[in-house]
Amino acid sequence: MFLINCPYCGERDQQEFKAGGEAHIERPKQPTELSDDEWAEYLFMRKNIKGVQFERWNHAHGCRKWFNMVRDTSNDEIKAIYKMGEKPPSQ
Amino acid sequence: MRNKYSVFSLIKNALSHHENWQRAWKDPAPKKEYDAVIVGGGGHGLATAYYLAKKHNMNNIAVVEKGWIGGGNTGRNTTIIRSNYLWDASAGLYDHALKIWEGLSQELNYNVMFSQRGVMNLAHNLQDVRDLKRRTHANRLNGIDAVYLNTEEVKKFCPIINTSPDIRYPVLGGTLQRRAGTARHDAVAWGYARGADAMGVDIIQNCEVKGIKRNGDSVEGIETTKGFIKTKKVGVVAAGHSSVIANMAGIRLPLESKPLQALVSEPVKPIIDTVVMSNAVHAYVSQSDKGELVIGAGTDDYVSYSQKGSHQIVEGTLNAILELYPIFSRMRMLRQWGGIVDICPDASPILSKTSIKGLYFNCGWGTGGFKATPGSGDLFAHTIANDEPHKLNAAFNLNRFVSGDLVDEHGAAAVAH
Repeated sequence: MFLINCPYCGERDQQEFKAGGEAHIERPKQPTELSDDEWAEYLFMRKNIKGVQFERWNHAHGCRKWFNMVRDTSNDEIKAIYKMGEKPPSQ
Repeated sequence: MRNKYSVFSLIKNALSHHENWQRAWKDPAPKKEYDAVIVGGGGHGLATAYYLAKKHNMNNIAVVEKGWIGGGNTGRNTTIIRSNYLWDASAGLYDHALKIWEGLSQELNYNVMFSQRGVMNLAHNLQDVRDLKRRTHANRLNGIDAVYLNTEEVKKFCPIINTSPDIRYPVLGGTLQRRAGTARHDAVAWGYARGADAMGVDIIQNCEVKGIKRNGDSVEGIETTKGFIKTKKVGVVAAGHSSVIANMAGIRLPLESKPLQALVSEPVKPIIDTVVMSNAVHAYVSQSDKGELVIGAGTDDYVSYSQKGSHQIVEGTLNAILELYPIFSRMRMLRQWGGIVDICPDASPILSKTSIKGLYFNCGWGTGGFKATPGSGDLFAHTIANDEPHKLNAAFNLNRFVSGDLVDEHGAAAVAH
């Protein structure tokens, strides 16, 4: 269990949040032209990194807003939090 | 030559104060080259090596393990074995494993303590009842033993369950697979290790894979902390760390690695002689031969390799346990731990070739891989030896995520995720 600093509400217990998986996966611009391989890549394939990973989180039991997080998945340390639409911090 | 374990060897060694037992497996340094290398010395990896040597005459092979054998998820699961899955493909896969379990101690000359004490799955709402009845019918059509029990029959089979209609999630019924049960997790790894070693397999512990060497689209070998090992075939059986190895080889997998927690209580006298699972309230419990209650909790929803889960997950499970088994209210918990499970989007495993020649993956078992250990090893060995899947694992290929032919077992996987 860890504390998460919601960019809208401040520091709250992780229990209030829902993890939304890998961030910055772009929705296909031309869905009708995608091959089956490209669909599989978009829908199912994940980096699943051991180390620093970019993720989406939702403050589900709070402001219900989505935001991004940079987290080290090997020890759960949160490196940075930034709002949707903002550029990810360079490491 | 490996000495046979028997009552006579036990007596003989007792006379010398158990100081002269033969080593169960050697501790070799890696050779320069093998015909195949298995990455991951858990139950599945060791079973794969065992069947490669036994059924496919591949004796010049090695298992490399970054820690000690059986120290990952093999030593962290709740040891439940069953095969009551919904779809035909899964029924074939898991019941193949269950059939091997039934003769495994004799085959390995190693007591894996397989105990067919039955597994009961509870229903707590009308949809559960419909789903479990459907699954019972599907199981029976596939030749898997399954019966549906009403509330009174559940109570009769396991009297300590609170079947009062007044509880928050009352017990409306359940299914029972009598051939299902538990086994001793360490013994499975040790038994397969001993058997594989006796056939010439090198089991190399404390040897972490650092890279996969490719020549175009073929595997050439692996870089490890004990040097480069040349091989044309690499079978990866790395559970929660499968994506880490895949990233080394430059391929992507549809996996997310998440913490799954379990806990055991102080040991008490026999109180529950079966395994009871409940998906809806997320509680499952059995009792080990030492007397500890073995309780499985759920997964966290975020990716983590930290082998620690969130406290509220354990709390939620224990709330459900207490409502279903008020008799456990004063039990004290001894240990709690987390394992990292690799979860597939369809809650079914991957036993497959990849786009790289000579690279095979056995992963995605998620929250329920222990039960499949013997079958998984047998079928993965077949896939590696023949460079083609066996008909029982053909459906569990990596290409199903492209074709859309998924095997959705979210209902039969006991842990909701």
